[in-house]
Amino acid sequence: MSTPQAGMRPAIGRGLRARRSPRAGRPRASRRDRLAPAALFLIILGIWYFISLVILDPDRRFLLPSPDAVVRVAFLDGHNLDQLLRALWLSTSVALIGLCVSIALGMVVAIAMSQARWIEKSVYPYAVILQTIPTLAMVPLIGFWFHYGFSSRVIVCVLIALFPVISSTLFGLQSVDQGMLDLFRLHQIPRWRRLVHLQLPAAMPSTFAGFQVSAGLSVVGAVVGDFFFKQGSPGIGVLIDLYRARLQSEQLFGAVILASLLGVAFFTFFGWLSRLVTGRWYGVEIH
Amino acid sequence: MSRRPHSARSATTHQDAVPQQARRPPGEDPSTPPRACSDGDEAGPEYSGGAAAVAFRGAEKRYPDGTVALAPIDLTVRDGEFVSVVGASGCGKSTLLRLASGLTSASAGTVTVAAETISYVFQDPTLLPWRSVRRNVEMLAELTGMSREEHRRRASEMIELVGLAGFERHRPRSLSGGMRMRVSLARSLVLSPGLFLLDEPFGALDEMSRERLNRELLRLFELRRFAAAIFVTHSVSEAVFLSTRVLVMSPRPGRLIAEFEVPFGYPRAADLRFRSDFTELTAAVAHRLREGGDE
Ligand SMILES: Nc1ncnc2c1ncn2[C@@H]1O[C@H](COP(=O)(O)OP(=O)(O)OP(=O)(O)O)[C@@H](O)[C@H]1O
Ligand SMILES: [Mg+2]
Repeated sequence: MSTPQAGMRPAIGRGLRARRSPRAGRPRASRRDRLAPAALFLIILGIWYFISLVILDPDRRFLLPSPDAVVRVAFLDGHNLDQLLRALWLSTSVALIGLCVSIALGMVVAIAMSQARWIEKSVYPYAVILQTIPTLAMVPLIGFWFHYGFSSRVIVCVLIALFPVISSTLFGLQSVDQGMLDLFRLHQIPRWRRLVHLQLPAAMPSTFAGFQVSAGLSVVGAVVGDFFFKQGSPGIGVLIDLYRARLQSEQLFGAVILASLLGVAFFTFFGWLSRLVTGRWYGVEIH
Repeated sequence: MSRRPHSARSATTHQDAVPQQARRPPGEDPSTPPRACSDGDEAGPEYSGGAAAVAFRGAEKRYPDGTVALAPIDLTVRDGEFVSVVGASGCGKSTLLRLASGLTSASAGTVTVAAETISYVFQDPTLLPWRSVRRNVEMLAELTGMSREEHRRRASEMIELVGLAGFERHRPRSLSGGMRMRVSLARSLVLSPGLFLLDEPFGALDEMSRERLNRELLRLFELRRFAAAIFVTHSVSEAVFLSTRVLVMSPRPGRLIAEFEVPFGYPRAADLRFRSDFTELTAAVAHRLREGGDE
């Protein structure tokens, strides 16, 4: 029976995915889709080489070492690579813990705010302050209270990554269809059942979009936290600062590249997770 | 014994002996002819028998912005009645249903709901996109605390009745508009409502699906899957085809201007629509509807 399956395709195109991938309705251009990013990458690499080898004098080449030099010194040298990977692992754990705390805390706050207007009215201003206050202003206080090590880095991470979870979850919880709410009210379905069976699932696409933004920000937080709280084993931010001070620019570039890749990995993973979850809203139940 | 499982109230159990096709309130002499067509009667004459599922007494609805959506209305809908409401757009039909459901309260007067369970089918199907057809149909029963075996059994039965067998695992987005509406109907009927409110449920459908769903709804009424219904529609022929009574409303302010008894017994065949007495009654209702508020 392939007819209902075939009939589902357009429905998928109309839904949430259509917004995510504007290519949905168009004829496939898969070769161009794959070639264009590769071409752009090569162009960027070319410009990089050009600036590094042609424009810069050899004694100023530390400003932009050529890509092969970066790879050779930062990634192919066993000692340097080991140092980078250890730092990367540490920053990953800071970012992951920070993200988990942000998600748990953010969802609890958003759920509380969605349950009563007075909670929303009283809590929301602080959420906004949290988002707008410069992290730098909080650094001395965090240092006083939590010292200058691992836990302070996690806290910086949470400060930066929390708000998107709160705002997008709250938005999702509040954008439930009015007809559905009427139906739940008519049948006097208890509040917590409404939350579990209606509001939370309905908020899912929005919530996951918030998770995705927070995931990217948590990596930023982990690196930024490193700059202020250097006690304990070094994270990638500590190394970046160290390489900068020592003018080890190949390793500096290596560290920056790894930090960016970490952010991209987090961001991509949550995008995938989101599609996995809301993708179940379409078509036929599988299990 | 034809028990009426759909009506949870004990007050109705003494009606067991009423033959189904008669559709008269108990106590009424079965030999009396069908009720005469009564045109132009203002606001709801009382009927003997059949316990009231919902009663409006001078019920009025003003919205905070000053709109008078409903001028004081008197109306009683009894068990065994299928009441259709026709009227121009904006004449307060949805408001009438919302008052009956208790989702909105009257600004003046009273609305007394005796039915224990009310089901409300909105104009659009309002389904949960992440639940399959089966899980959507089960939803209300499951969340109002019906036992698992019971709601599973009833859901299977309702899915069968509305003709969705084979689509249990589909999610709403992979269904047609008509199929989604059936899911919505099935979900409401799993509860065996004492009062069934339908707000233009078939308004967005093509003529074919509409007539098919009309027949299905009629069959569900004949099977007594719900005790009483108020059905809002724009289609006069649909109203006459389904109902025991048709109410005509007029806008500004919203009010009942006419009431027609429909003399046809149940079960009704699809070709009832082609009988001359059916078309005459339809024409009379349509005429009254066109005249509007001016008597
Ligand atoms: N929440 C509201 N606030 C203010 N006015 C409202 C509100 N809801 C409905 N109205 C007004 O009340 C009147 C009746 O509305 P209602 O929705 O009951 O009409 P209706 O007969 O169901 O119309 P339709 O056939 O188009 O669905 C309209 O004039 C409408 O503008
Ligand atoms: Mg309406």
